[in-house]
Amino acid sequence: MAEQTLPLNAGPVIDSGRVPTVVVDDVHVIYRIHKGASGGTTPVSALKRIVSRTKAPNIREVHAVKGVSFTAYQGEAIGLIGSNGSGKSTLLRAIAGLLPPARGAVYTQGQPSLLGVNAALLNDLSGERNVVLGCLAMGMQPDQVKKIAPEIIEFSGINERGDFASLPMRTYSSGMGARLRFAISSAKKHDVLLIDEALATGDRKFRVRSEQRVRELRDSAGTVFLVSHSIGSIRDTCERTIWLEGGVLRMDGPTKEVCDAYEGQK
Amino acid sequence: MANTAVADPESGLSRAELARRYGLRVAGERPPLGEYTRRLWAYRHFMTAYSRAKVASSLSNTQLGQLWQVLTPLTNAAVYFLIFGVILSQNRNVSNFIAYLCTGVFIFMFTQTAVSNGTSAITGNLGLIRALQFPRAALPITVTLVQLQQLLMSMVVLGAIVLFTGEPVTWRWLLLAPTLLLQTVFNIGLTMIMARIGSKITDLKQIMPFVMRTWLYASGVLYPVALFRQHLPHWAASLLEWNPPLVFIELARFSLLNSHQPDLVSSPPKLWALGLFWAVVMGIGGFVYFWRGEKEYGRG
Repeated sequence: MAEQTLPLNAGPVIDSGRVPTVVVDDVHVIYRIHKGASGGTTPVSALKRIVSRTKAPNIREVHAVKGVSFTAYQGEAIGLIGSNGSGKSTLLRAIAGLLPPARGAVYTQGQPSLLGVNAALLNDLSGERNVVLGCLAMGMQPDQVKKIAPEIIEFSGINERGDFASLPMRTYSSGMGARLRFAISSAKKHDVLLIDEALATGDRKFRVRSEQRVRELRDSAGTVFLVSHSIGSIRDTCERTIWLEGGVLRMDGPTKEVCDAYEGQK
Repeated sequence: MANTAVADPESGLSRAELARRYGLRVAGERPPLGEYTRRLWAYRHFMTAYSRAKVASSLSNTQLGQLWQVLTPLTNAAVYFLIFGVILSQNRNVSNFIAYLCTGVFIFMFTQTAVSNGTSAITGNLGLIRALQFPRAALPITVTLVQLQQLLMSMVVLGAIVLFTGEPVTWRWLLLAPTLLLQTVFNIGLTMIMARIGSKITDLKQIMPFVMRTWLYASGVLYPVALFRQHLPHWAASLLEWNPPLVFIELARFSLLNSHQPDLVSSPPKLWALGLFWAVVMGIGGFVYFWRGEKEYGRG
């Protein structure tokens, strides 16, 4: 893999204008979580709470991202690393405009698309039908969808072991589901593509193919963000890496330096 | 090489100025109403495909499958007929009670299910909302479209019941189409309102069944509408004539039931005017109300 990426990184990518595609300006994200059933779940205690006007105990605010700033440019692939719960996924959602920041602002070119592991598709429907729905949800036209659907199924490789495309998605293994979802979301050209752990579930063969796809997307003047716990795949695909820890930007720089520091810390 | 990708060359500019210079927009910004409507229209294929998929998947793990689309309204009609037609024998004053009852039940169920499913249109689709950026109004519209498809099935059943009970086929049957169109627009607006409120107040889902049941009794579904004028003070009866489900139910009865013509709650022109009024007011009002909350959906 490394041999393939080197020439891309070494090329004069930067000279072509350095147009910013994502500007994250001192962003704080706070979200509310309904904890569900916990202490004080009797009707009496609920009534007491209402009478005494205290806040419901099962809502908690989480300050997930605390003042992060950076600028991403066209043609960059940026890796996001950090331990679990460090705010990586939340930051991606804020960039996608799906979680409005409490303070600060995110400016983007076009509409960023978030590709997560659990992008909702209908589990009771066949893979084929999910492909059509997914493409329409990304704003494609029906004739375009018809043309591109076989390619998506082909790329996902779900038909490698028999005709799975016509089976309901609930019968898929988690890897197959993730592959199909990745195939759908990457079928469209995105100005900004945000990938959240989506490459982790596929098998080796698929990972190679999807990393290739990420590189293609980046080369077509897009910006790609990649959240992953597999430092290997970040080293392979990204030339810049941002390290988040506890919602704070710990380090932002060339992948090699940041990943070395991240791994050295452990 | 890669070092250059990191440094901020426009150090003289603040980030906001940099964003403005290159025409970047604030992520998740609410588009103006016209632009929003245009985007929503571009998503019409998504809405129809999604609603069809929902109908298909809703019954996919039952033995009888899509047959339930017909069986559910039939069973419903049978239960109501048993209670109100046979046991309580309400049919003394209505010439064709079973057709009268079924029309009311099916038309009311359209609004009822659209409203109750509308309350969870946002909360039930959080996965989709957090994964993809599209005009959120597509979701309540999809809810209504799903119900519309089920209503059309019920209408086939209803047509059979009406014919079976000896009503003649008249040109007025064609008027069922504009009736359902007006009701669909009304329901879309109402669903949007419920979706926005329901996304904030999650307790609403617990209250809605009671609200809807009260509304059912106020809509002249289960008993003759003439009872309103006989038993209520004049002002209350006049007020009830404005009740939107009652208006749509009476319009449907006007279209299908020859025997009901003399007993309509208000004159046909008045019914049409009220139906149009509700469709326009609720349709536009609901849409604008929903659009104003566009940024909040999917939070927390």
